[in-house]
Amino acid sequence: MSTKRRKRRKRVLPGYGLTLGITVAMLSMFILIPLASVLVYSFGMSWAEFWELITRPNVVQAFATSIGCAFVAALVNCIFGLLLAWVLVRYEFPGKRLMDGMIELPFALPTAVAGITLSRMYSDQGVLGRFLENFGIQASYTRVGLTIALVFVGIPFVVRALQPVLTKLPDTFEEASTMLGAGRFYTFRRVLLPELMPALLTGFGLALARGIGEYGSVIYISGNSEKEGTQVVSYLIMQKLNSGSVDYEGAAAIALVLLLLSFLLLLFVNLVQIAAGKRTQQ
Amino acid sequence: MYIEMKHVNKNFGDYEAAKDVNFGVEQGKLVALLGPSGSGKTTILRMIAGLEQQDSGDVVIEGNVVNDVPAGERGIGFVFQNYALFRYMTVYENIAFGLRVQKKGKKEIHKRVMELVSLVGLEGLEKRYPDQLSGGQRQRVAFARAIAPNPQLLLLDEPFAAIDAKVRKELRSWLKQMIAKVGITSIFVTHDQEEAVEVADEIIIVNEGKLEQMGTPIEIYKKPKTSFVAQFIGTSSVIEDFCGFKGFEKVPRGSQAILRPEFVEAFKSDNEKFKSLIPAAEEGVIQKISFRGSYLELTLLVNGIQLTTNRSLERRPVEVGENMCVLVYRAYILEEDDAHIYKNQQLKGVDIESL
Amino acid sequence: MKKQKERKTIQQWLLIGISMLFFVVMLVFPLIEVLYRSLKEGFEIYINAITAQNTLSALRVTLIAAVVAVAVSTFFGLCASWLLTKFEFRGKQALSTLIDIPFSISPVIAGLAYIMTFGRMGWALPFVEWVNDLFGTDISLVFSVPGVVLATIFVTLPFVSRELIPVMQAQGTAEEEAAAMMGAKGFTIFRRVTFPHIRWGLLYGIILCAARAFGEFGAVYAVSKARGKTFTLPLEIDALYMAGSADSITQAFAVSSLLVLLAVVLLILKQLVEYRGKREQ
Repeated sequence: MSTKRRKRRKRVLPGYGLTLGITVAMLSMFILIPLASVLVYSFGMSWAEFWELITRPNVVQAFATSIGCAFVAALVNCIFGLLLAWVLVRYEFPGKRLMDGMIELPFALPTAVAGITLSRMYSDQGVLGRFLENFGIQASYTRVGLTIALVFVGIPFVVRALQPVLTKLPDTFEEASTMLGAGRFYTFRRVLLPELMPALLTGFGLALARGIGEYGSVIYISGNSEKEGTQVVSYLIMQKLNSGSVDYEGAAAIALVLLLLSFLLLLFVNLVQIAAGKRTQQ
Repeated sequence: MYIEMKHVNKNFGDYEAAKDVNFGVEQGKLVALLGPSGSGKTTILRMIAGLEQQDSGDVVIEGNVVNDVPAGERGIGFVFQNYALFRYMTVYENIAFGLRVQKKGKKEIHKRVMELVSLVGLEGLEKRYPDQLSGGQRQRVAFARAIAPNPQLLLLDEPFAAIDAKVRKELRSWLKQMIAKVGITSIFVTHDQEEAVEVADEIIIVNEGKLEQMGTPIEIYKKPKTSFVAQFIGTSSVIEDFCGFKGFEKVPRGSQAILRPEFVEAFKSDNEKFKSLIPAAEEGVIQKISFRGSYLELTLLVNGIQLTTNRSLERRPVEVGENMCVLVYRAYILEEDDAHIYKNQQLKGVDIESL
Repeated sequence: MKKQKERKTIQQWLLIGISMLFFVVMLVFPLIEVLYRSLKEGFEIYINAITAQNTLSALRVTLIAAVVAVAVSTFFGLCASWLLTKFEFRGKQALSTLIDIPFSISPVIAGLAYIMTFGRMGWALPFVEWVNDLFGTDISLVFSVPGVVLATIFVTLPFVSRELIPVMQAQGTAEEEAAAMMGAKGFTIFRRVTFPHIRWGLLYGIILCAARAFGEFGAVYAVSKARGKTFTLPLEIDALYMAGSADSITQAFAVSSLLVLLAVVLLILKQLVEYRGKREQ
C-alpha cells in the first residue's frame, strides 16, 4: 500500500493520467514550445537592442494604431453587441433566426475574404465608401476603415458572451425593479448593467485581444502606410518575415510585446470570470 | 460484522469530513446515516463505495480490507442522490447496464431485467427514458439498476430527497419492503430523522465528521448519549439554566437541559387523574397555544422558563393566560458533550407509563 | 395604460430597427458584395477562376490542412475537456487558461513561432533533419504543406474543447460515477454514458473548428511562400487580389465566393446542430 498507489487510486473515474498526459503533451508540442521559441529568440538580444527595436517610431506608431483602433472597435461592439443580444433574446421579429445564425459570420468567413470585401465596399468606388464620402469621411486606407474592419471581426465575441447571460436573467428582475418605482433607464443602469457587466467585459476583452492581433481583415482596407499611421502590429511582424527584408530579431521583439499584451488581456478576462463566479456563489 | 469502518479520516482542505469514524454493520441490516447537512455523512457513504478515498483508516467488507479495490469491483450497488440515471438510455438499458458490463449473456440479462422490472412494479415502462418518468418511478429504476448485478451491499444517498413530500411516505415503506424482500445489507444517508426512524433498523448519527451515536431508533430516541443527539432527535428545546424545579433539586446550578414536549405534562388543578401528583407539580401560565393539526402545542411559563408540551384535542379546552399545573417527568441534563437522562425524583415509585 | 403599451412597442421597434440596420450593413452587405463582385464579369470568368491550376492546388492544401486540424482539435478537445471537467487537480485553472492562448494571440505570431522553432534558424531544425536522415525523408516543417498544417493546428487547437467543456461541466460526473460503480471501464463509460450528452456540442465545435481552419490566413501566410504548391485558398485570394488588375481582383472574389459558400453552409449546419441540441435538452 505505497503512497504512490494510493494517490493513483484517488480518482474514481478513469483516464486522469492519460488525458493529462495527452493534453499537456499536445499543448506543449503545438502551442507552448513554439511560443517559447519566440521568447528564447528575444532573450538572445540584449535589453538595449530589444528596447531599440521596439521603440522605433514605426513600431510605436503601429502599436498605437492597433491598440487604439481595437479599443474603439471593441467599444462600438459593446454598444451594438448589447443591442443585438438584447433584441435577439427579448424580442420576436421576422428574420430573427437568420440574424441569430449570421452573427457568427465573422467567425466563419475567412479573414482574407472579409478583408478584400470590406476594402472594396468602403473604397471611393464602393457602395458604402461613396455613402460615407457624402459626409466627408474617407474610410478606406484610413484608421476609420481599419476600425470598421475590427468592428466586423469583433461583433460575435460580444453578442455571444452576452446572450447566455441575458437568457438566464429572468424578466421578473426588471419587473421587480419597475414595481419598486424605478424608471426604465434607471432599471437598465442599476439593475441590468451590473448583471451583464462580467459578460460585457469578457466580450470586450476578447474582441480587443482579437482586434489587436488581427491581420487578414485589416491589411487590405488599412493601406499599410507608415506615413498615414495605418500599419498594424501584425503587418509589421509579417513584413519582417517577408523575403527581401528578413529581420527575425525585430519580428521576435515586436511579437514578444504583442504576446505580453495578449496575456494581460487573457488574464483580465479570466479575472473577470473568476470574480463573477465568486459573486454569484455568495 | 459485514462492513466496517476503522479509524477513518478524511479532509477536504480545511474541512474535516470524517474524524476517526468507527462503526460496523451486520449482514442483512438496514442502517441510516443521519446528520445535518455538511455533517460528512455523504462522504462516509462515498468512502464505503470507493467513490472517495479516505486519508487514513480502513474500509473492511466481509473481513477484507478494500482500500485499494476500485469502486466498480467492490460489489456494491449505489443509488445516487437524484439517481444519476443514464439520460440517454431507456429504463431497460439502465437496469441492464451493470449486467452488460459484466458481459452476461443476452438471455440472462433479459431475464434478470424483466424480473427486476416486475419486482419494482414498472412493467410496461421498459422503453421509456428517465425524462419521461415521475420522481417515484425514477427512484424505482435507480433501485433496480443498483441491485441488478446482485451486489452484497446497497448504498443509498438521500434516496428520497428528489421526491415530493406526498409520495415520499409511500416510497419509504416501499423501499423498506423491497430491501427486506431482497435481503440485502443496506446503508442510506438522510438528514430527515423521521425518515431514518421509520425506515432503518439502526441509526448512525453523524455530526461534523464525528460519529455521535449508533443504535436502534428507540435507543437513540430514549437514550441519547451526547448533547448533539439529545438536541437533534425529536422536537427538543434547550433550557439554559435548568434548576429549581420540583424533583430536580440535585441538578447542579447553571446546567443546560433538554426537554421534549412529551417530558412535560400540563393539567388543570381539578383534574382527578393527576390529583395525587399535584404536590410534585409546578404552577405555570399558558402563554401561547398553537394548533398543530392533530394536537395543540402549549407554551407555558414556569418559574420564568418557557416549556413546551403537546395536548390532545380530546382533552378539555384551555386558553391563553390560564393557570395550569405543570409536571416535568424527566430531562436530559447536558454535561460538556454528553447527555444524561435525569428523572423527576418526586415521582419515584409512581408508575408514569400508566398515565 | 394603453398609451404606455404603444410607446413600448415603438421603443421596441426602434431597437429592433437599429439592430437590423447594423446587422445588414455590417454583415449582410459584405456577403452580397462578394457574390456580386465574383459574378460581375460573367459566369465564364468565374468558372475559369475557380478551376485555375493554382486554385485547385490551393483547394487541395486547404482541405488537407482543415481535415488534419479538425482531427487534431477533436482528439485534443475530447481529452482536455474530460480532464478539466471530470477531475479536480492543482493547476487546473492555469491549464484551462493556457488552452485558450490561441484565441487571444495574433495568428501572425503563430506563424512566427513555427518559423523560429523549425525554420532555417530554428533550434529544432537539427532534430527535424535528424528525423529526415533517419527515415530518408525530406520533410520540412516551414514553407511547406506540413508547415501549413501545423500553423492551422495552432490556431484551431482549442475550438472543440471550448465547446465541450461547458457541456460536460453542466452534465456533472454523477452518471459516470454510477457507471464506474457498476464496474464499467474508461472507454465504455465515455462511449455509452458521456458521448450521448456531448455529441451535439462536439459537432458544433467541429463545425466552428472547420470554419476557422478553412479561413486561416495570418498564421499560414507566415509559413507558406510557394503559390501553386503550399498556398491555401485564402492565400490564393490574397495573391490574386494583390496582383491588382481588374481581372485578377474579380478572380479573387470568385475564389472568395467558394469560401463564402463554405462559410454559409457551415453556419447553417451550426444553426441546425444548435437547434437539435437545444431541443434534446
